[in-house]
This record gives sequence, structure tokens and C-alpha cells, in this order.
Amino acid sequence: MFGLNSKDTRLLLIVAALCLFAPFLLNPFPEGSELAQFNAGYPDLMQRFVIFGIFAIGFNILFGLTGYLSFGHAAFLGVGSYSAVWMFKLLGYNVLPGIVLSVIVAGLFSLLIGFISLRRSGIYFSILTLAFAQMSFAMAYSVLTPITNGETGLQVYTDDPQFLMGANSPNVPHLFGLQMNATYKMELGAWLFQFNAGYYLCAIIMLVMFYLAVRIFRSPFGIMLRAVKTNQNRMNFTGLNSRPYTLAAFVISGMYAGLAGGLMASMDPLAGAERMQWTASGEVVLMTILGGAGTLIGPVLGAGFIKYFENIFSKINDSVLHGWFAFLPDGLEDFVVAILHPFVGKGWHLTLGILFMLVVIFLPGGLIEGGQRVARLFRRKKQTPDGKDPEHHPKPAPHVAE
Amino acid sequence: MDAILLQILNGLDKGSAYALIALGLTLIFGTLGVVNFAHGALFMIGAFCAVTLNKILTLSREIVDETRTDFLGNPLKVKVPYVEGWFGPELGAAIIDWSVPLAILFAIPVMIAIGYVMERGLIKHFYKRPHADQILVTFGLAIVLQEVIKYFYGANPIPTGAPDAFRGSFDFGVLLGFDPNVIIYPYWRLVYFVFAAIVIGAVFAFLQFTTFGMVVRAGMADRETVGLLGINIDRRFTIMFGIAAAVAGLAGVMYTPINSPNYHMGMDFLVLSFVVVVVGGMGSLPGAVAAGFLLGVLESFASYSPIKNFFETYLFLPSIDQIIIYLVAIIILLTRPRGLMGRKGVMED
Repeated sequence: MFGLNSKDTRLLLIVAALCLFAPFLLNPFPEGSELAQFNAGYPDLMQRFVIFGIFAIGFNILFGLTGYLSFGHAAFLGVGSYSAVWMFKLLGYNVLPGIVLSVIVAGLFSLLIGFISLRRSGIYFSILTLAFAQMSFAMAYSVLTPITNGETGLQVYTDDPQFLMGANSPNVPHLFGLQMNATYKMELGAWLFQFNAGYYLCAIIMLVMFYLAVRIFRSPFGIMLRAVKTNQNRMNFTGLNSRPYTLAAFVISGMYAGLAGGLMASMDPLAGAERMQWTASGEVVLMTILGGAGTLIGPVLGAGFIKYFENIFSKINDSVLHGWFAFLPDGLEDFVVAILHPFVGKGWHLTLGILFMLVVIFLPGGLIEGGQRVARLFRRKKQTPDGKDPEHHPKPAPHVAE
Repeated sequence: MDAILLQILNGLDKGSAYALIALGLTLIFGTLGVVNFAHGALFMIGAFCAVTLNKILTLSREIVDETRTDFLGNPLKVKVPYVEGWFGPELGAAIIDWSVPLAILFAIPVMIAIGYVMERGLIKHFYKRPHADQILVTFGLAIVLQEVIKYFYGANPIPTGAPDAFRGSFDFGVLLGFDPNVIIYPYWRLVYFVFAAIVIGAVFAFLQFTTFGMVVRAGMADRETVGLLGINIDRRFTIMFGIAAAVAGLAGVMYTPINSPNYHMGMDFLVLSFVVVVVGGMGSLPGAVAAGFLLGVLESFASYSPIKNFFETYLFLPSIDQIIIYLVAIIILLTRPRGLMGRKGVMED
């Protein structure tokens, strides 16, 4: 279907089904019950799942395929957000121009940065992209205040021109009248399911972007990018100039990031410089690696995983912990809570950092590799008890290039 | 003339910090071939060594002072640091006053230990892994260290002062025959510069004039051959990692009076120090030091208002001081990819 082989079609259909039924799947616990805090089926969080999914898919096109590790992708996300909010300010709250412009501006910006950064590879490339992102962050904070509104962040004011704003068009982001924050609530027994217009817009865009990514992965262009990752020197020796390919991958992933930024601003018409900070860049790297760099579905899984646990961990406080461990004897309960306290609530970033290290050290292929390992373990037990590989499967390729 | 000198002086303290951090980064890269994204965190931990020592020294107990009374007529409770109780009030007060310089002695063993544990516990397992993995794992470590410090010390900057003797400024211009009150320079910044120069000199002397340093230099040139000669080069490189961590830590200790330490100060310096290393030439120790001072002074010049205005009016680049370092890095990379003093063929791709 759509020029995909049966395996990829199945994957695409699974993702589509997950997106469509996410409000049900993410709300397994009845409203008001003890476990309701583990529900994730509310609009804000679901939007974040798919938006960061788009961001990670785009990052994966660069990092997963070419092995170039960019530490500055948050800059493109920030640029996308700013341009979308500017469209809201100038033209009105229809999200379409904002999203289109955010992709274009992020594309141009990434063309500029990629052109310079891609002159170097390996560590140098990471350092350069990091430096550029920090420079953009510093400039957005100070020099470019007329454009970015500095520390306050860019937002829409009532006296903005908004030329295309009709007399009766809504005063919130909308798509031809369909308001992004419109939510249809469905009560089924004790369960409450929320269907949000903004979420479904983002989900449809993510599906299209996922489809595009699959096509890129399977195209000759994608194979060329993999060749860059495997051995760029050898590729150059064969007389191919690899730079146009890497630059194209960089710009594509920058445009994905810009799209994610534009969508983020469309859901909540705000843009701040902190979206461009190095921690934000590190987060998307983590999402991609946690899910599995170079795999199709991995980055989406990683984004969902991290955003979900960010949400859950930040909510847990000491009283919740005490509730959980109430079955323990008093002294032990306090001890366990004291041990766990630094990792939850405001300490989520500590957990994130530890997770990051553990994944890089023990599971460089991410969740996908973990799943495969477990699956292989079971299969091997059935077929060859001695653990040998009679079919001579090829060894897995290293997941990142030098 | 005096304005130029003032800008040079102003750039020296930041330049010293850049030079020290970049020196450590280059040492680690040159010996172990690892890019240490956690080096900024080591700088930050050094600064918090000073904070910690200050907190330890000012630990105090409450005693009742019979000779004085509070406004209700009760005997006044006074907080007396334990140090003053042990060494007498005068010496005790002096020790507390000099807590930042004293923290140097405290920080060296702590930082070497941290560096040793880091190398043996984590970095060692990443020699054979791709550079991207090294970057990622040290990046994760930087986040962890940062968050641990944030957990114990809070998110706000903690002011830690210089000794009284070095507070305030002095008239540097008079020494050189300028008019008085033209070149005013804070004492501590001069101390910082001199300190940095001593540390840099010590590292270079250590590498140049000791047998240990000679072996390390040989190992940097050709690790395998040195290993084949029966020298345990890994152990020496581990010690060098500890020394590099100590250099970053000392830079942090002495920086506390200039800038109150907070948990994310390391990352701000790290990004700039990377740029410094790139400009100086990856793997070149003198290059890192020279580029550190150069970029510090350059940044200071760019914030000098006539130059700033020039860029703003004629070249349409407002606030050139914020981006000058990055611009220089871009130009250097485009024209001379191996950096100012980089060896030919090292990391030129």
C-alpha cells in the first residue's frame, strides 16, 4: 500500500491505529480511582506525545541514518515555534500558515547551520551544532528581543494586526474554524475519554511524517545515507560526494523539528527561548536512542516513553510515595521514601540523566534492541538449546558511526 | 591606549577560565581520545568544593554571651563557628575569611578522586565504543552530576566571597604610568589570572620536565608503542584524567568570588570551552591555552562600546559581544579546519 511493502504497511497501520485509539488506550483506569494518576489520555499530554514523536522521527533521519550526532536540534524547534507565533500575530489564528512558515523557516535555518557544521564530522560536528544552538538561544534571549520578546516569550496580544482575522473567527488557534482546544468528552461508565481536535490534527500530521520517513528509509537516498554511516571514507573514495546527501538529511530533519515547533505553538500560542536550550536538544537525542536509533518506530516509542514518565514522575510527591509503601513497617517506609525522594517530583531530570547513561551503557540499540534480545532469547531456547546460531544470522551493524 | 589595556585586562579572567577548562579537555582528549562532555560539570563541582568548605568552616554552635543582652533583657545567644572555638577568634575568623583559597587544598584531592573514579568506573568502558557513545554517556553524566548538586545545594546561586584582603579594586593604571582612576581593576581578577598562569605553567612543567610527563607525552604520540615497551600507560593516563579533573576543579574553586556558583554554570562554560578547543586545535595543549586567552580578550573587546557601536551601525550586527566567539569559530573552521595550532592531519575531517 502507498508504495510500501507488506511489513511496512503493517507497521504504518499499527501506528495509525495506535494514534486513532490513543484516547482509549491511554486511559485504561476509571476516573477517580487510585490508579487514575497513571492515565495519560488527556489532550495536553497526547499532543506532546505526537509532537515529540515528529521531532524524534526527524532527528532519527539524521542521526539514525547518517550517524551524525547533532546536539542543536532544539534550535530548529524554537525557530519553528517563533515563526508560527509570528504568523498568528500577523495573519490570525488559523494554524495552517503558521505551520507552513515554521517548516520553511526551520528548513532555511538548518540549511545555513548544516552548510557550516557538515564541513566537519564526528565530535566536531556535535560540538559545532551544540555551539550554534547555544548561540541561537543566547541571541533569542537578548539580541533578537524585538523578534523573540526575550525572556517573556513571544505571545499574541489583542492589538496585533491579525490581517486575516474574520469578524467571527475564533480567538484561539483553529484550522478553518475547528478550534484546536475543542474536546469531545465521552463518558462510558466510570471512564472518561477525551477526543481533542488539536491532538487529531497533530496525529494525522505525524502519520504523514511517519509515512514520509518510511519512504526515505527505503529509498535509494536512504541507502546512501546509511552508506555514509557505515563508512564515509570508503564512500568518498568511490568518487561520490557525500556532502549533498548529509546536508539534505540535515535539512529534512531540521524541517521536521520546525514542524514540531510550529505544532507546539499551534496547540498553545506561546514561544520561549528555553525551547532552544541544550537540555531540549539532549532530550530528543535521548528519545531517539532510548527507542532505538536507526529503527522506524523506535523514536516514536522513545518520545512517548519519556514524555509519559516525565509526566508521571513529576506528579509523584512524598505523600504519594508514603501511600505506596504504607504496607512496610514505619521505619522502613520512611527509609524507602527518603531514598526515592530525590528521583521523583522535581528530581525527574536526575532520573532522566541516569536513564540516559544506563541506556547508552547497556542498551545502545534502545528499547527495540531490548525487545529483540528478549525475543531472541526465547526463540533460541526453543530451537537450539546450546545457544549456537545454525542459520548464521549476520551480526547486527554498530548503531552509530564514528 | 588605556582603553585597550583595560579591555585586555577585563578579558583575562574569563580567558583564564576558558584556558583552564580547555586545557583539561585537551589533556583528556589527547591522552584517552575521549571527548568529555562532563568537564563543565567538573568545573562546577570545583566551585561547589569551595562552597562546601565554606559551609564546613562556618558550622557553628550557639553559646550564651553573658555580657550582652537582647532587647528583652535576656542573655544574647551568639553563633560561634567551631573553628573560632578551636583556633581562637582571630585565627578562626581569618581561616573562614580565606576559605576560598583554602578550598584549593580541599579541592585537589577531591577532584583527583572524582576524576579517578570517573575514568575507572565509566570512561574506561568506552574506549572502544564510537565517539558518539562517549559524548552521550558523558553528557548523561553531566546531567546527573548537575542534578545531584542541585538536590543538595538548591537551584539558587550561592555567593562565596573572596578574602577581605582581595576585595575591592585597585588602580592598575598608576603602576604603568597612566592617569589615576583610568584603569581600575578588581584584585581578585588579577589573583585569578596569576593563579591560572601558575596552574597552566605547572601542568606544562609537569609534562615537560618529569619522567612521568615524558612517558605521558610519548603515550600521547604513540600509545601502543609505549605500551609495548612494558610501561603501564593506562595507569598513567588515568592519573592524567585525575589531573585534568583537578585543573577544571581549581578553575571552578577560584571562580566562585567572581561569579556565584549555581548548578548549571558548568554547561555554559563547557560550550564555550569546546569552541576554544576547536579554535585552538583539537589535541594541542598550547593551542587550547592560547585560544582560551585570545577568545576571552576578544569577547571583552567586542563588548567595548565603540567597537560594539561600529558593528551595530556599519555591519548590522547588534550585540557582537554575545556571538563573537562563535563567529570566530565559524571563520576558523571554514578557513583553517585544524585550528590555530593543531597538528596537521589530526581530526581534520
